Order: sequence, then structure tokens, then C-alpha cells
Amino acid sequence: MKLNLFLLLFIFFSKFSFAAEKSVDPNLIHKNLRCLVCQGQSISDSNSDFAQTIKLVVKDLIDEGKTEDEIYEFMSDKYGDWIVFKPQFNAQNSLLWILPYIALIFGGFFIFSFLKKRQ
Amino acid sequence: MQKIIKIIILFIFLFVIGIFYISLTRDTNYNTSSLINKETPEFKIISFDDSNFFTRDDIKKYDYTLINFWASWCAPCRIEHPILMKLSQKKNLMLLGINFKDKELQAKTFLSELGNPYDLLAKDKNGKNSVKFGIYGIPESILINKEFIIIKKFVGPLSADDYNNIIKIIE
Amino acid sequence: MLSNLGNILLFLNVILSLSIIYAANRNLKISGGVDKNIFQLSLIQSTSIIICFFVLIAAFIVSDFSLITVYQNSHSLKPLFYKIAGTWGNHEGSLMLWAIILSIFSFLFLVYNKNHPKKFRLLTLIIQNILILGFLFFILFNSNPFSKISPIPSEGLGLNPILQDPALAIHPPLLYVGFVGASIYFSAAIASLITNYSEKSFSLSIKNWVLISWCFQTLGILVGSIWAYYELGWGGFWFWDPVENASLLPWFAMTALFHSLIVFEKRNLFYFWVIILCLITFTLSVTGTFLVRSGILNSVHTFASDPTRGVYILIFLSLMIFGCIFLLFKKYKKENYDLNRNSKETFILVNNWFMMFYLITVLLGTIYPIFTDALTDNKISVGPPFYNAIILPVVVVFLLFMALGPKAKWIKNKFENIRTYILILTGAIGLNLAIIFFFKSYSLLSNFIIISALFLIISSLMDILKALKKNKLDFARIISHTSFGFLVLFIGLNDIFTLEKDYNIKLGETKKFENYSIQLQNLDLKNYKNYQAVIGRLEIKNINSNQTNILNPEIRIYDNPKTLTYEAAIKTSLIKDYYLTMSNIDRSDYYNIKFQKKPLMVWIWISVIMIVVGGSLRLFSNAKNN
Repeated sequence: MKLNLFLLLFIFFSKFSFAAEKSVDPNLIHKNLRCLVCQGQSISDSNSDFAQTIKLVVKDLIDEGKTEDEIYEFMSDKYGDWIVFKPQFNAQNSLLWILPYIALIFGGFFIFSFLKKRQ
Repeated sequence: MQKIIKIIILFIFLFVIGIFYISLTRDTNYNTSSLINKETPEFKIISFDDSNFFTRDDIKKYDYTLINFWASWCAPCRIEHPILMKLSQKKNLMLLGINFKDKELQAKTFLSELGNPYDLLAKDKNGKNSVKFGIYGIPESILINKEFIIIKKFVGPLSADDYNNIIKIIE
Repeated sequence: MLSNLGNILLFLNVILSLSIIYAANRNLKISGGVDKNIFQLSLIQSTSIIICFFVLIAAFIVSDFSLITVYQNSHSLKPLFYKIAGTWGNHEGSLMLWAIILSIFSFLFLVYNKNHPKKFRLLTLIIQNILILGFLFFILFNSNPFSKISPIPSEGLGLNPILQDPALAIHPPLLYVGFVGASIYFSAAIASLITNYSEKSFSLSIKNWVLISWCFQTLGILVGSIWAYYELGWGGFWFWDPVENASLLPWFAMTALFHSLIVFEKRNLFYFWVIILCLITFTLSVTGTFLVRSGILNSVHTFASDPTRGVYILIFLSLMIFGCIFLLFKKYKKENYDLNRNSKETFILVNNWFMMFYLITVLLGTIYPIFTDALTDNKISVGPPFYNAIILPVVVVFLLFMALGPKAKWIKNKFENIRTYILILTGAIGLNLAIIFFFKSYSLLSNFIIISALFLIISSLMDILKALKKNKLDFARIISHTSFGFLVLFIGLNDIFTLEKDYNIKLGETKKFENYSIQLQNLDLKNYKNYQAVIGRLEIKNINSNQTNILNPEIRIYDNPKTLTYEAAIKTSLIKDYYLTMSNIDRSDYYNIKFQKKPLMVWIWISVIMIVVGGSLRLFSNAKNN
């Protein structure tokens, strides 16, 4: 019974998750790039000269068949890591990505240690 | 064991506060200084009069090149123009002007009014080429040597200090 | 004149704080109750700091530009309401608000806790007054709102037009009551540690203060989000900006605190954990203030920054942190717990577990760029994609626990019928399927989030039914938890079904997309008292239903100081918002328009308000029981 339910769920989710997958969405990329000449805005939110130029370049890069990650890499190559809102997972940023989960696991372990050992 | 934990906790807080303290005196403004000492990208950019294309090969011929991004609608560009005029007299420095998102007629008027300091003049109508150079606002200038290495970047109008710096480097 | 009066009052407050500390200290050594004088001194202290604040307000109302703060932040032509709001819209004035809240809370805490040990009350008062002194010195020597300027300018520099907004006028006071209010349980926690007052009754002395600060903090965050939504013109309401994060960090700590306080009150467990949370909450408030005011972070809402300010707050912060650490190290005793797996205690711990996870994630995301910059000279940005990637998957599990937790019983290991939950889960999945069937499909993670939110909502609603039968209803908890479920659900649906289109459009032009058409019909130039506006008239037509809406976004050019702002046009309805911004494109006769259809926006705000309603209900029921 349980296994059936599980299988059913799995099939259901895999179907819908694939249905939702799309090609590279320029809007999403614009949202994840910082407008360097504005205060805290993304390229998508801004209408400055800089933002317009970047939008053009992003469009070109998509047409060239670049993937989302390649476009971010291109941008941070030109303007530094400051331009991408999603920090890359590399040695320097590893703590940023890993520490929250270490804290989560550690906390779980802590709570577990408070629980009554099964009689 | 408890002692070790205590020391670690203390150390973490000391470290964090220390970093905060150091950061207070640091300039938090963004700049593209990370590009310094890197190589300029390959480029192919159309000349102002549409007659030919400029590439990195045009830079190779000179000891130093200053790429200057400008436009007639940009007020600070007028401020730095006299300095560019002075720099244009230096023999071993090539000035490559890139006219940024500008109207041709206005750009021409600008140069005939204030003089043309550029050895080579190119244009970037939609600004796409400037992205290759990591330009995010004009005026911006990049000093490059023969090996295409970026020696210095100037964001904003060139000042008298910048002029002296450039002279010191190329001599 | 006003400047001198203000300075005298500030100085008087320093003396009052010192006398309170002195009197309380002397009173500690004498037997009997708390001395009457101390009450009086404390009352005078609150009164005089309020008067001092009114002096500053008066300076803003009469536009006394001999004060630098007034000169820099006001203008004689500004509407009266914004002159007044301008008082706390700037760094110096907002510190006055800090001092007021610190003082009033100090007085009220003293008055309302008569049945707690005298030593504990007096020590709380002393610690609180040390905090007050710290802030008074900061105000006097570094950020004095009464500093004079000469020669006296004839006109002020005006307040940033973006800040001339009713929501933003009430946003800071709400938020300050929230996170400055946290100071009182910070002081109480230290007093409790020093006096070894670790009985259950300690929780009674602080729990209402935690709830009050939590309610205000939540409202403050809400008002800030609403402001960002209609004023910043991006159509979003949360940007994971450092300043926003700074208000969220104490919120996580407060939420964890009042949950674990329940356990402490009922079962006398987790004393040290409660103390640590009390200390963390206010420490995070001060840390947030440091990050925002010192200018070491780049943010949308930065105050004019000044490194000396940063140094002062940092010293204050370090003293607080190391003081707390040393005290904790000295007093900490290992507690042994033996909790049952499915008891209420365990579930509340689970709540704290997740809150700490959110807290650590947001804190890390906020300060990590400072570290990379200082250590490797590399500036990075940590933005929405990071937080979404780290937090969202965990939220799913969190919501499930949130639904199960309240059903658990104290101490007992018994859990109710597992079949009910499978039923609820099936219901949630069914509803999620229905949404997909009628609208569109979305990503796997979104599926999980919607399902878990529905799970929480359905199971909370079933709790109501069950409780109604037994006539034993905990409204406060049910309302807050259900509303939280709805909040996540609405945010999720809003995010999934937002329609966003971006066009460059000329006057008279029409653009078509999906089943909408949008036309720029007219542009109008109007002159106002302190700004000019280009007002667009755009018609949005739903081709299917033939319904039209006219939206009027504006481009405003303010005079003092010269600023360009874009005013979004928003048509709100119960089902959706139409959100439209228009901006000019330099050197071209095209206008850039950004149209968004954002479903269920109002419901997001309502959910947050309901969460606060839940909190207030708890507060009232606590007051009734006492």
C-alpha cells in the first residue's frame, strides 16, 4: 500500500516537473544580474543605459546557444562576481553554501541527543 | 572539551568583529579593478566612418594604448577632453576612442568643437562591444600595453592625477 | 534655542540614567521593596526623553535650519505630515526613537513585574539603563540631532521623495518598537543570569514583552514590504536586501524565543536556551543597525553612511557580545533532557531548529560578502537566487512539522491517528493537482511547497473542527499557524502565476500578448507643488472578457533634491493586481513599460496581518489570565 502510494507520487511529480522545464529564459537571467549603476536593482528592474545594453548582450548570448550558467560566467568574467546575484559555488564561496546545511544537520543531531532512548 | 568549545566560540566572535572593523575603513564602492593585469578580450569593432574594422592587431603596433569610451551626450566627457588632447601628443601612446551609443552628427560636432585626440576612432552604436571590455558607465578609459595586458582602468573622467599616472607608466 | 533645549534635555537624561543606576544599586543592598524614588526617576526619564523628541519634532515643524539634521532632511515647502515624519526618517532622529523605546520599556517593565524578585527587577533596570546610557552617549557625541550649523542656511535640502510616503512614515516606529523592544528581555536575561533567577516564573516576566516586540516587528516588516511593493516600482515586495535581512534576523530569533518560552513556562526546560535567545535577539538588532548605518553594506535603502558611527556601534556591539559570552560561560550548567519523541516539547524544539537554520542562512548571506571583500578583495553579491535555493526546500519540511506539532501532547509520546494525516496529505495533493489542471504546471519544488502549505492549512482547519467539539479552542495558535500556511501558499501561487511583460512602446502604439492588449493612449505633463510629472494613460484590455482597465503610471521629477522617480500604477482587486511602471529611455522617444499581473497580492498582506492578529490574541489572553 505504502509503496504503491510512493510510486504514484513519483510518477506524478516527474511528469509535472518535466512539463515545467523550459529553455533559457532571458527574464530570469535579467533578474539574477545586478544593475551596477543602480542601487540594489537587478537588470530586469532597471531601465538605465547599462541595463539596456546588458539585456541586448544577454539576448545575443542566448541566440548563440549559451546556457544560463555560461552567461553568468561571461558576465562575472567581465564585471566581477558582484554582478551575479547567485554566488558561484567555488572554493571561496563554499562556506556560504555549505554552512547553513551543516548547521541544519548539527541542530538535528542536537535535538536527537535530547530524545529519550527507546526503551 | 568544554574549554575548547569556549575558545572556539570566542575566536569566532573576535574574528567576525575584527573583519567588521577592517571593513569599516574599506572602500565599499564597486569597481572593475579585478580586470587589471588580465588580458583584453579579442574584439572586432567598426570604425567611426564605417570604412574598416579595428582588432587587437591594431594595438600590437604601439607600446601603450588608451581605449577611451565617450559620447557627445555625456557631460563628464567634456571635462576630461583637455586631458585626452594633452595625451594625444605622446608618441608611444595610441588613443583608441570608442564613441558609445551616440548620434553620428552630434559626435562629429563634439570633436570639431573640442578637437580630436584619437589616433583611431571607432563606434559602438548599441553598446554591445563595451560589455566585452567591462564598461558600465562612461567616460571610462583602459590603459593597455603591447601584450594586451590591462595596466590600469579609469572609471569616470580622467583627472590631472590620472594624467600624471599615465605619463609615469608610459615613460 | 531649540538646539540648546534639546541638548539640555539629552544631558538631563544622562544624569537621570546615572541616578537610576546609582539608586537601584543602593536599593539592592537594602531589604524591603523597590524604592519609590526609583519609580519616580524612571517616570521622569521617560517623560523627559519624550519631551526631548518633541523638541526635535518642533524644530522640524518650524523648519529650524540652524540644526544640521533639520537642514539636511527637511524643507520648508514639505507637507506638514512629512515634516513630522522626517523627524525619525533620518539617522539622528531615529536614534532618539531608540532612546524613547528603551526608556519607556524600562519604566513599564519595572511597573508591571511587581511579583518578581526585587533583585531581578533592579538588575534589569540597571542593565537597561546601561544600554540607555550607551545610546545617549552615541547621540550626544556622534549623532546629535541638535548639532548646530552656521551660518544658518535659508532653506533645507529636502527629504528624499521616495521617503515621502505614509507607509514609510509609520514603518520605522513599528520596527523600532519591535527590535529595540527586544532590549528589555535582553536586560532581563542578564539580570536573571546574575541573580540565578531561573524558575519558571521568569518566563512570565518576559513573555508578553516578547510577544509585543514580535507583533510590532512583524507589522514593521509588513509595512516595509508594502512600501517596497508600490514605491520601488519593481513589483516585488521582498528583495533579500541587507536592510530587509537586518529586520528579519531578530524576527527569527523572537519567533524561536516565544515558542521555547512556552516549554520553559510549562515544563521548566531549556532555561539556558531561552536566555541565549533573549541575548541573541537584541544582539542581532544592534548588529543589523551596525550593518545598515555604518555603510559597510551596499543596499537599496542605505542611510547616509559614516565610518565613525560604525566604530561606535561596533564597540557597543563588542561589549554586549563579550559581556554576554563571559557571563554565559560563568553561569552555564549542563542540563540533561529526556524528551519523548512525539511530545510537544520536541516539536517546539523542532520549530527552534528551523528558525535557527533560517537565521544562520540569512545572517551568513548578509555578511558573507563583507568577508570575501575583506579577505580576498573580491566583491560578491548574495541575492534572491541564493536564499531561494537554500531556504525553500527546507520550508517544505518545516510546514509539515508545523502542521503536526500542535497536535502533540505535553510529555506523552502518543500521537494521533496516522491515517488522518495520510488523508490530509491526499487532500493537499488533490488540491495541488486541481490548481495545475486549471492553470498551469510548475516546478517540482513549487509542487512540494504548495502541497505542504495546503497540508498545514487543512490540518489547522481540522483542528478547529475538533476543538469546537471539545469546546477547547486555542485561537491564537490556530490563526497564526493557518495564516502562515496561507502566506506561504499565496506567495507560492503569486510567484508561479505572475505574468510579466516588458515593452518599449511609442505614443499610440499597441502591444498584444497572451489574451491581453496594452496601448499607450496619452502622455500628460503636470506641474505640482514640489515636482513635475509625466503621466501616462495606458489601456489594458483582456481580449477574452473584453474588460478594460486604465492605468496611469507616472514619471516624476522632484525639485528638492533633484530626483527622478517612477510611480507604479496599481489596480488592486481581490484576485489579482495589475502593476504597471513606465520609464523614459534616454535619447529616444520610446517609453519602457513593464506590465505585471500579480495574482492574490492582497491576500499576502492579509495573511501577515492575520499572523499578527494571532499573536495579539495570545497577548490578550495572557493579560486576562494574569
